Amino acid sequence: MVIQQDKMQSLATRMSQDEVKGRSPWADARKRFLRNKAAMTGLIILIGVALFALLGNQFAQWSNEDLDFTVMGQVATMGMPSLENGHYFGTDDLGRDLFARTVQGTQISLMVGIVGAAIAVIVGTLYGATAGYVGGRTDQIMMRAVDILMSIPYMFVLILLLVMFGRSIAMLFLGIGLISWLDMSRIVRGQTLSLKNREFIEAARATGVPSWKIIIRHIVPNLLGLVAVYATLLVPLMILTESFISFLGLGVQEPLTSWGALISEGAGTMNYGTLWQLAFPLFFFVITLFGFFFVGDGLRDALDPKDR
Amino acid sequence: MALLEIDDLSVRFATNDGEVQAVNQVNLSVEAGETLGIVGESGSGKSQLSFALMGLLARNGRASGNVRFDGQQILNAPPKVLNRIRAEKIAMIFQDPMTSLNPYMRVSDQMAEVLTLHKGMSKKQAVTEAVRMLDAVKIPDAKGRVRLYPHEFSGGMRQRVMIAMALLCRPQLLIADEPTTALDVTVQAQIMTLLADLQREFGMAMILITHDLGVVAGSCERVAVMYGGRIRETGPVGPLFAEPAHPYTQGLLHAIPRINQDGDELSAIPGSPPNMTQPPAGCAFEPRCPYRREGCDSQRPPLEVFAPGRARACFAPLPDVLARQQTVHLRDIAIGAEDPVQEEATPMAAIAGAGMAGTPSKVDE
Amino acid sequence: MMTKPLLDVRDLRVTFQIRREGAMPWSAPLPLHAVGGVDFTLNPGETLGVVGESGCGKSTLARALIGLVPAEGQAEWIDGRDLIGLSPRQMMKYRSDIQMVFQDPLASLNPRMTVGQIIAEPLRTHHPGLKSAEVKDRVKAIMEKVGLLPNQINRYPHEFSGGQCQRIGIARALIVEPKLIICDEPVSALDVSIQAQVINLLIRLQKELGLALVFIAHDLSVVKHISDRVMVLYLGKVMEIGSSADLFADPQHPYTQALLSAVPVPDPAHDMAGSVVPLSGDLPSPMNPPSGCVFRTRCPRAQAACAEQVPALLGQDHRTACHFPGPLTDAEIARARNIEAA
Repeated sequence: MVIQQDKMQSLATRMSQDEVKGRSPWADARKRFLRNKAAMTGLIILIGVALFALLGNQFAQWSNEDLDFTVMGQVATMGMPSLENGHYFGTDDLGRDLFARTVQGTQISLMVGIVGAAIAVIVGTLYGATAGYVGGRTDQIMMRAVDILMSIPYMFVLILLLVMFGRSIAMLFLGIGLISWLDMSRIVRGQTLSLKNREFIEAARATGVPSWKIIIRHIVPNLLGLVAVYATLLVPLMILTESFISFLGLGVQEPLTSWGALISEGAGTMNYGTLWQLAFPLFFFVITLFGFFFVGDGLRDALDPKDR
Repeated sequence: MALLEIDDLSVRFATNDGEVQAVNQVNLSVEAGETLGIVGESGSGKSQLSFALMGLLARNGRASGNVRFDGQQILNAPPKVLNRIRAEKIAMIFQDPMTSLNPYMRVSDQMAEVLTLHKGMSKKQAVTEAVRMLDAVKIPDAKGRVRLYPHEFSGGMRQRVMIAMALLCRPQLLIADEPTTALDVTVQAQIMTLLADLQREFGMAMILITHDLGVVAGSCERVAVMYGGRIRETGPVGPLFAEPAHPYTQGLLHAIPRINQDGDELSAIPGSPPNMTQPPAGCAFEPRCPYRREGCDSQRPPLEVFAPGRARACFAPLPDVLARQQTVHLRDIAIGAEDPVQEEATPMAAIAGAGMAGTPSKVDE
Repeated sequence: MMTKPLLDVRDLRVTFQIRREGAMPWSAPLPLHAVGGVDFTLNPGETLGVVGESGCGKSTLARALIGLVPAEGQAEWIDGRDLIGLSPRQMMKYRSDIQMVFQDPLASLNPRMTVGQIIAEPLRTHHPGLKSAEVKDRVKAIMEKVGLLPNQINRYPHEFSGGQCQRIGIARALIVEPKLIICDEPVSALDVSIQAQVINLLIRLQKELGLALVFIAHDLSVVKHISDRVMVLYLGKVMEIGSSADLFADPQHPYTQALLSAVPVPDPAHDMAGSVVPLSGDLPSPMNPPSGCVFRTRCPRAQAACAEQVPALLGQDHRTACHFPGPLTDAEIARARNIEAA
């Protein structure tokens, strides 16, 4: 009897005990990420670049469209970077303020990268997870469609699109978005196939959880780590693609600009002794790519702690 | 002089969650031709002990102490010395044969490589010798099968191939790390019989590392029981099984269901194994021990000889343990909520973990 | 039979279609009979142990019973409904009656969900109308029942040890108050001391809740300990089925005898080498099983008749599928050893 009472007592106390907060896999990953110096450096660089894109115009003395007639024609001697006349990064060949132009280019390039990666993440993840989870004929058809899209030389199609429908930002997004999710869907499908046979998915199926709920609740959260890593590596890829197209002269149209366009212009005028026109956009371009790669690496180490 | 002498061996792993003390001050010796069983649960340090002997610890692992093989210091020896010893004197077989077989190489080539490298045989001689060894491990049609790739063998046959490979250079000591855990009972019985036959035939010593007390009982002469990185009890197999002198050994023996006995409830050991990132100050088994007394939680019991050839590490008086006079009744704790989660919970990797650390990455070197 | 069985399985078959290596995509796949006609009954509150070596189809059988793989044949539930071939919607009603506990304690729990969410999932699926507070109370009650601290409800699976994870898996199976739990090797990934805890827990819960268990394991000692009746499978077929006491004391099928003789006994005095009946050769491929009795290629007693006719599962309570049942003689064991040694 005494024991029984004791037991009831202890049961009551245990039931009313405060719930312990769990340490989620995400929290673990965050801790590991914060400890990774390279990744943190990358993150700080990226934050810096983002701040530059967002707030840079506040500090600019000149608008990106205005021509500075005082330096026009003698850019090589008068258009140097200087604090006095407000051209912090110098001017471009036409006498436009390079600082303002770089801010604008950064905005456009980052936007292209992030939108492209976002399309890839959303479309690619859902497409790949569905194909992998449903399997069988559906999977075959969905993945063959991806194969076909992949076998089309996308740069050629992109250039064709831009030539046919005119050069516009919207067209650029569409073009890049169309191709960016293909790789992602393949990677996600592969991962889903291996997840699908894990016992916790079987357990959910055995209980009768509907398929779409299994995908949303069990598969996607377990894919997110991989997707996050791949997305951070995809952003610089998108930026590179856009830069390449802009470098060819098919990207964004004046007066808009992007890193690729700026670098292209700067490279064109290198020989006239205006090296800063190449150096500043290139600097931002390079540190951003580094930043993304470092962060991507850090994320991979943080989310996939197998090698610990 | 014993063939292998292990003196004060400790193994530490540096992990993100702090240092894991996988093995602590282990002393053991193996005589030539003898079979020593090392028994323990996952995380007890039994596998890391063998990896340390072979110089196969994962990169974040460090071993200290003395290990002499045939009088020669082998712990942390230079790679050149270790390679020679690993090839010719000490061989090791693993739970998963595929970890030590190259899937893209024919068995004949893999086996011949060992012989041409270490014994200076010609390729032809080496293949003949390989076939002879496959015959010795009773692989039917060895001559034909030597040309196959590892994946073309069944699980049991693959384990035989691995044993044949380990024995190619006629080692004096074979370390078998859970050699039959992945196999079915009928195959397990065959492999254990085979190992015993080969041991007699080649006159080698064997260290059998396993969690299965049944396997140990059938094939070992001496046993060392490990828990929490330390040896808890050693002794000849007969007396140790008949009269286990350490509470953990006793608990383990009572927790196994037996095929030749009836019984209703198994006497489980309550609680969970210790977290080796934060080793307890006292005896690691103390929280689960029905014989625990004052001081058990603050002092570590030393391994003391109490009968010829037998030693144990426990503060509880021997007669009490043998008579099963328990000081604490743990059953009630067991029914309520036994294993309280460790406060700063450790990922499984850190506990079992160190168990995984060395296996796959190192073997293919 | 006095009571109506909870589950009456007749001629249950599971066939996988296997694509030949290097075959063209349109060529017909080959059938693999993973489970080739299994009969058994299971009474309410009873434990049926299923043993056999890897590749014998025991896990596939479990998945077929719970509807994870398509099966043919008949599996009649206590209410007279045949569970095979039910549409997902019809099956839904029975899914809360039959639950499963999996082999790998950690892999069977979604690492991104808290213990509370994991245990609650079946409840939320079958009773979507329940209020969160009630769900939480029931989750906590069931955690208490399986020996977990209820205040750990917000923790994640990786913060628990293997034994505790298996308790979480058991709690998840119990929360919808099933009548039958299928345990697929629930203790084989656990350490000996923890294994005993989980087995004791299962036995206690079964007694308390009147559950029926299908307990699948390769460890015969464990099966013997927990089961009322035992079924021995080989290559997807039932070799022998009978009460646990009968089958272990007096095995009739040569395969059962070989299997039992190979179980290691933790007693140094036991003469392992002297008692084991070796099985020659390897398990035949299930793509191309032997004609007649599937065990004949490795049987120490095989005769010409064994290749021609498939032996029926005969007997009253203790049933054996063998043309020549009975204990192996010393001569037969000796012959088996000689084949093995040659």
